[in-house]
Amino acid sequence: MATVMIDLQRLGDVKAPAGFADRVLAQVGMADSYAKFETVLGPVYVAWNRLGVSAAMRSKSAAEFEEWFRKDIGRQLVRVEPPHDLAAKIEDQLEGKRRMRFDLRGLTPFSQAVLRKTLEIPRGQVRPYGWIAREIGHPAAVRAVGTALANNPIPYFIPCHRVIRTDGIIGNYGGGGPEAKAKILTLEGVELKRLQELARSGMRYEGVRSTKIFCFPTCYHGRRVKQGNFVFFHDETEARAAGYRPCKDCRPAVA
Amino acid sequence: MEGTDRVFERLVRDHQDRIYALGFALTGNRHDAEDVAQDTFVRAYRALATYPPERIRDLKQRAWLHRIAVNVVRNRVRGVRPRLVELNGSEPDPRTGPEEDVLRKAEMDEFAARVACLPARYREAVVLRHVQELSYAEMADALGQPVGTVKSNVHRGLQMLRGENHGDRDD
Repeated sequence: MATVMIDLQRLGDVKAPAGFADRVLAQVGMADSYAKFETVLGPVYVAWNRLGVSAAMRSKSAAEFEEWFRKDIGRQLVRVEPPHDLAAKIEDQLEGKRRMRFDLRGLTPFSQAVLRKTLEIPRGQVRPYGWIAREIGHPAAVRAVGTALANNPIPYFIPCHRVIRTDGIIGNYGGGGPEAKAKILTLEGVELKRLQELARSGMRYEGVRSTKIFCFPTCYHGRRVKQGNFVFFHDETEARAAGYRPCKDCRPAVA
Repeated sequence: MEGTDRVFERLVRDHQDRIYALGFALTGNRHDAEDVAQDTFVRAYRALATYPPERIRDLKQRAWLHRIAVNVVRNRVRGVRPRLVELNGSEPDPRTGPEEDVLRKAEMDEFAARVACLPARYREAVVLRHVQELSYAEMADALGQPVGTVKSNVHRGLQMLRGENHGDRDD
């Protein structure tokens, strides 16, 4: 007779499985979920929550990624089986076929503005740090832009690799050093050699003789122009003096 | 909002074992137990987000979570008889320690499956009373039934579990 009561009581001592609370917190959006994905760039750890992708890193191990995330982002993190369509979405994002949503909470408004602006740089093109600074309304804050990009928690997804120095030097890259940055840019179709030759000779803009418009050398509008129809400029004053106006797409200068 | 999140995190950590045990006792297997417990907390989170601070402060968390969990189970098994004893039922639990060794765990699974075979109204009553050890007042509130009904359901459920009138499913 008594055994049923004892069994019932024991049933009440059953414990929730390990990690249960964290999974609940992830499900309501209080902790981020993460998984490892194979991408065109190799294996990448990606974290996300209900607001969007929150972090990405080519960490050596899950433990390294978790440690970095907790320190840098400061939220809890739970490893999960990713939703079935997420891998495809990530692939599309990295190939420029999709615009994912990002969770940039926790970053300063300035950093957020820098990263949102960086998202506007099309695949296959690059912009100088000063361009970002000017476009977000802080033309003097070029160094601060560099810092914000160096601390980009979602590299590859938010293409900080598309921001390079005006002198053509690739510049630092948190996502794996200058070589990794050059590799990704080449993968995206940037002609780095041409870009660097121009930079070395001090040419920052290319103008097209027929349209009298000047652009950044990687601008989309220069792609169908014959080499002979280009004219190169050291700076904005020189271009304007020659009767050229800035391109409205890549915006090398205020129109 | 920040405050609600902190309340919720405490709530999950404080009650996860109780609510999981409840799910286990009501559904009879660990897989459904986790689903029920997770659903319960997700609903609790959504509800908390709409509550004014005074209401959150005065909330009787235990009874409130039990009421949500009972409803989660009722909704998911509506019209479906709980699974009978599964052979080699549940998945391995990484947290098998000295407290819950393998043999004892298998016994628990078997017993839980037996409880799950009781008709819902007796199962709910027995589980809330003797597994979760709620008061009759809390039970009446969680189940939405008068205290007298709850008491007689507990009694009847125990009889069935002990094998008196076993197999009687005239609900």
